[in-house]
Amino acid sequence: MEPIIEFRNFTFKYKSQKEPTLYDINLKIYPGEKVLIAGPSGSGKSTLAHCVNALIPCSFPGKTQGELIVKGMTPKEEGVFGMSKTVGTVLQDTNGQFIGLTVAEDLAFALENDAIPQDEMKKRVMEAAKVTDMTAFMHHSPSDLSGGQKQRVSMGGVLVDDVEILLFDEPLANLDPATGKSTIALIDDIMKQKNVTVLIIEHRLEDVLYKDVDRIIVVGEGRIVSDTTPDELLASDILIREGIREPLYVTALKHTGAKIRPEDHPQHIETMDVSKYVSGVREWFESTRSEHPVLTTPPALEVKDLKFSYTEGEPVLQGVSFTIRKGEMLSLVGRNGAGKSTLSSLICGFIKPDAGEILLNGEDISPLSIKERGERIGLVMQSPGQMISKPMIREEVGLGLAVRGVPEDEINKRVDETLKICGLYPFRNWPVGALSFGQKKRVTIASILVMQPEIMILDEPTAGQDYRHYTEVMEFLKKLNEDMGLTIMMITHDMHLMLEYTDRALVLTDGTLIADAAPSEILTDESIADRAYLKKTSLYDLAVKCGIEPPSEFADHFISYERKLRENESRETEASGAQTGGITTGEADS
Amino acid sequence: MTRLISYEKKDTWIDRLSGFTKLVFFLLWCLTSALTFDTRMLLTMIAISFSIFAMSHTDWRQVSSVFKAVLFFMCVNLFFIFVFAPYQGCEIYGSRTELAHLFGDVYITREQLFYEFNVMIKYFTIVPAVFVFLVTTDPSELAASINKVGVPYTFAYSFAIALRYIPDVQDDFSRIRNAQEARGIEMSAKAKLISRIKNIASIIFPLLFSTMDRIDVVSNAMELRGFGKKKRRTWYSYRKLKRNDYIVLVLTVLFMAAALIITYADGSRFYNPWTNS
Repeated sequence: MEPIIEFRNFTFKYKSQKEPTLYDINLKIYPGEKVLIAGPSGSGKSTLAHCVNALIPCSFPGKTQGELIVKGMTPKEEGVFGMSKTVGTVLQDTNGQFIGLTVAEDLAFALENDAIPQDEMKKRVMEAAKVTDMTAFMHHSPSDLSGGQKQRVSMGGVLVDDVEILLFDEPLANLDPATGKSTIALIDDIMKQKNVTVLIIEHRLEDVLYKDVDRIIVVGEGRIVSDTTPDELLASDILIREGIREPLYVTALKHTGAKIRPEDHPQHIETMDVSKYVSGVREWFESTRSEHPVLTTPPALEVKDLKFSYTEGEPVLQGVSFTIRKGEMLSLVGRNGAGKSTLSSLICGFIKPDAGEILLNGEDISPLSIKERGERIGLVMQSPGQMISKPMIREEVGLGLAVRGVPEDEINKRVDETLKICGLYPFRNWPVGALSFGQKKRVTIASILVMQPEIMILDEPTAGQDYRHYTEVMEFLKKLNEDMGLTIMMITHDMHLMLEYTDRALVLTDGTLIADAAPSEILTDESIADRAYLKKTSLYDLAVKCGIEPPSEFADHFISYERKLRENESRETEASGAQTGGITTGEADS
Repeated sequence: MTRLISYEKKDTWIDRLSGFTKLVFFLLWCLTSALTFDTRMLLTMIAISFSIFAMSHTDWRQVSSVFKAVLFFMCVNLFFIFVFAPYQGCEIYGSRTELAHLFGDVYITREQLFYEFNVMIKYFTIVPAVFVFLVTTDPSELAASINKVGVPYTFAYSFAIALRYIPDVQDDFSRIRNAQEARGIEMSAKAKLISRIKNIASIIFPLLFSTMDRIDVVSNAMELRGFGKKKRRTWYSYRKLKRNDYIVLVLTVLFMAAALIITYADGSRFYNPWTNS
């Protein structure tokens, strides 16, 4: 069979960069295949995909060498328009790519541009809406849709043309776990209905593997590191080496000392043959213990019966109460629109509650202004770009102090201290623009930390980051929490984050707190996970399959074990750092 | 986020008219109102304007805050007309009937009051028409219909796309402002004007950068789906002109012609109630 996509000795270098981003790629993809392209940020996986739809080199200029043939065409010559008839691309930003003012218009966009007569257009739009199950929302505007629905519209928008290749650029990045799961199911459906070739670029491997994938291509530093079936890949140690997170059940099995074999089909936990591993898993479970540190510190933040609505009769929060203790690190989870942002806006004082009270260290903060609260409750926004407003790192970090009229000596002293804590001291005189994404994130955290808040709220601290950056940010926050006793609340829908780094999670659904418990408990309780648009962790499935009683404790043991591993690791690196005389300077990011 | 006067689908005959018809009506209506100072004409137009407003089933809540702002602006306007040209009315109507003495040599005259009354009712002829136009016109359908009458589609579309992303930028703005305010950058009236202007930079820059990122995504997404590929494009929401559209267009033109003939019949665009007395 002829491949539908073929890279032959393909090299690509961006105009703005010295080194090529892709080196000597040789890759064949056949019609009807479903291929996952995985790799950490900056590995070149997105670059690879954008060569197929000709965004590279048409929109992002650069130099190509070697050959790329897509369905007998050379993308470079056909241009983005030419390729769009064959390759349908769904971008990561579900909101940004929604161009029409309503669902129907957005679905029609490609047809409009192709000057298709209106009658035929309406028919094809209706078909695409049926495939993506959006017929009930035809006249809705994007602001009335959830992220998952917008993504369905994006898919429909490329399906109106009879494309043969569907390209998904990190389709799960902005979705909650349950919506991500249904997206993967939909992709699978479309593939079967339309008989197309599917390319998915994603680093959230476990979520993509919810449905069968034919092949996984791992990209690392611009080269193809591995090109094999999921079963083979999961049995190897390539993922760990390349900084991609393995499915949790695979990691857990490896912790038990098991050597995973491809013939056991580790692609899905539901269908995996675990018979060989049962005894090992049980032994490991018996030999490990879970630890639940019980905090008895006084409360830092108390929220009592908080109620709020933007328009009367449509409550966003209906009587939410909880207490956060000093030095606690916890997560606030729930689907989009559950009221998470509203809750943090209320705590920061951007909006006023209709009823209820918020106490900080036992003191009612309702009379405090936004600015006054800002000194005690720090808010770190999701994207560093939303906060950084000064060109130089020192200025940016010192901004909060400068506007409060703190004397300059004092500012300098505190900024230096904070930069040291954040591992940014070596870069103190750099322009912000020269930093990597992860470092910018730390700059925004530093600019809040410098004000010495009593509690810090972070909105999606790890959104859109790969495993390595995720670990970097989270370990840093954990250090702040442990060393400085900083109270941290994170708004997230990253299940790994809540499981691995927090001992407690608040689950918000439709404006009510439906659970306040250990993450391992929440993620093993199907009804709560469903209502909050989370997903039951695969650790639970593994435990059930191995007959562990009670299965929910298995996740607990796993987390405690992992934390200990990480602690040992960081102790080792600190020790070796001390030997070479280096302070933790925050390694220069590539 | 409260959305001020924006399109809301309602199944009225006005809603079903083509955007082109509504645009022509709106432009001619405003032109007529701007030209005429004939009180009889203006009062007729108010009557028509308000009945159209009623027929459009426009929700008062949607427009009330803008209406209040317009009222305020109108009062300021009327006040300043009086301050700078207290005898404008006398000049226009060629007589001077003093009603009350204010101070110095400033008098309130009947002519001035009548003149300002005319300015005021002009506002009321236009305002409901503007609201009806904005609230009942589907922006993409309008873009489609102005493209059909010869305006290049890239131009027509740019306006639809602006409407699409304005709410997003507004959201970004309030999010960034909140976060910066929490860091201590005061934007409320408490801060001094100069520091407020300086502080705006700390909101504008992040907003600018996030908007530029958005533009990148949007333009890539548009290109990927073939925008600008062909000289011509069709429109999902285009509606052919129907019988009602032609009726409205003809009536509008007739009305304007009649209004202007009546207004200028006596050689002046002002109606003078005192000429015959």
